Amino acid sequence: MIEVKDLHKGFGNVEVLKGISTKFYPGKTNLIIGQSGSGKTVFLKSLVGLHTPEKGTISFDGRINTKFTEAEKQQWRQEIGMVFQGSALFDSQTVEENVMFPLKMFTRKSQEEMLDRVNVVLQRVNLENSNQKLPVELSGGMQKRVAIARAIVMNPKYLFCDEPNSGLDPQTAIVIDKLIQEITDEYQITTVINTHDMNSVMEIGEKIVFLSKGKKAWEGSSETIFSTENEAVVDFVYSSNLLKKVREVHLSKTN
Amino acid sequence: MVYLEHLGKYFLMLSRVFKKPQRQKLFYQALMKEMEDLGLKSIGIIMFISFFIGGVIALQTALNLDSPFIPDSLIGFAAKRSIILEFAPTFCCIILAGKVGSYITSSIGTMRVTEQIDALDVMGINSINHLILPKVIATLFFYPFLILLAMCLGIFGGWLAGVLSGLFTGTDYIAGIQMEFKPFLIVYAMIKTLVFSFLIATVPSYHGYYVKGGSIAVGRASTQSVVWTTILIVVANYILTQLLLT
Repeated sequence: MIEVKDLHKGFGNVEVLKGISTKFYPGKTNLIIGQSGSGKTVFLKSLVGLHTPEKGTISFDGRINTKFTEAEKQQWRQEIGMVFQGSALFDSQTVEENVMFPLKMFTRKSQEEMLDRVNVVLQRVNLENSNQKLPVELSGGMQKRVAIARAIVMNPKYLFCDEPNSGLDPQTAIVIDKLIQEITDEYQITTVINTHDMNSVMEIGEKIVFLSKGKKAWEGSSETIFSTENEAVVDFVYSSNLLKKVREVHLSKTN
Repeated sequence: MVYLEHLGKYFLMLSRVFKKPQRQKLFYQALMKEMEDLGLKSIGIIMFISFFIGGVIALQTALNLDSPFIPDSLIGFAAKRSIILEFAPTFCCIILAGKVGSYITSSIGTMRVTEQIDALDVMGINSINHLILPKVIATLFFYPFLILLAMCLGIFGGWLAGVLSGLFTGTDYIAGIQMEFKPFLIVYAMIKTLVFSFLIATVPSYHGYYVKGGSIAVGRASTQSVVWTTILIVVANYILTQLLLT
């Protein structure tokens, strides 16, 4: 479990995160949603240690990451997998080399053992027979799947995804969402996804944290988001006519 | 104030570059790749330029020393000194700053804007050490050989230009290049090469690593890195000459 308490982060005179507290549970897809500029990316990057918070704590199964020794930090890093918005694959390396990279860096496995593990995770993300391709030869959806494979190759305890389905067509986006949800469930990982894709919210939002102007404005699930009266959430989530209709139908059924 | 900030960040970066690599095997693989990218792939341009500039130096010297009181062997002597002292170490390194510097900045800068560096950091890899140390070692190891090659080819180019143009004889030129040979001048040129190689690897890496924005920012950083590397090479050249030769 990841527990965030009173998290503050700013850049210069601009305070981006203004005291966020929440919990993310293992085996669940935890979503962070909010408008552009609401602080989602800064929040996610603070969780993975790319930004150092000015105030507040983030604890990973009771271990506070700002109090880690260098060795503990190294160990914690290996428990983290991250899928970046643009996939962030190393473009000079093949799919196989990309996925194998963390294994080469942090394990003493033989080449054969590493290759076996790479093939297992590539199979898990339905990407067989692409081992020798370069990232540039893959579609956006395939690149995301390679990024997921690389993120889970070390059996992480925590998986972070920054807008994993941005730039993908709706069908591929759902495939990626489902894949992340299945992996979360299968490996009982604590998954935190940063998104503003409403399909993701409805499909895989087991826990949703809504950020507005650097503060947590609401939290719930894909079930409770239909019935929320929170104006900021309603304005953001039901901004399209289609979703307004969906909500109306849902509410009429429940009433 | 801004320059001081950059200077501080540059030295902080250097303090993270010189750490023990996390995996030796991966480091050697990266080192070999950098030797190829930064060294081997620069041989062609350096050979071409050295050969022709050597020829031009010899021709210009011959044309400007056109006096019955000056022996033709002085042409070879002057060409040798110009090539060993300045052309090979300084101008070849300025050419390398343009070719290799822009490559280093754009490759590291692209990794920054496409979050590949963030990916390394999240994995727990010292990205500065992982990306920059192989470049520094590769340039420090390879460029002295490249500059020695430039010296040889420049001197040979001078000889060929003289022989083909008939402005001086090959015998006079060879007598000139054998005249007053001082090994320290080669040492001086190598010291300069090592300092310039270090600048060629680290200054563009700094510009690439700390780039902010998108593709335009990477392009701008590449230009800035070439400008700053050239300026620093010229300044370092002056300081080293003052320290070592006066």
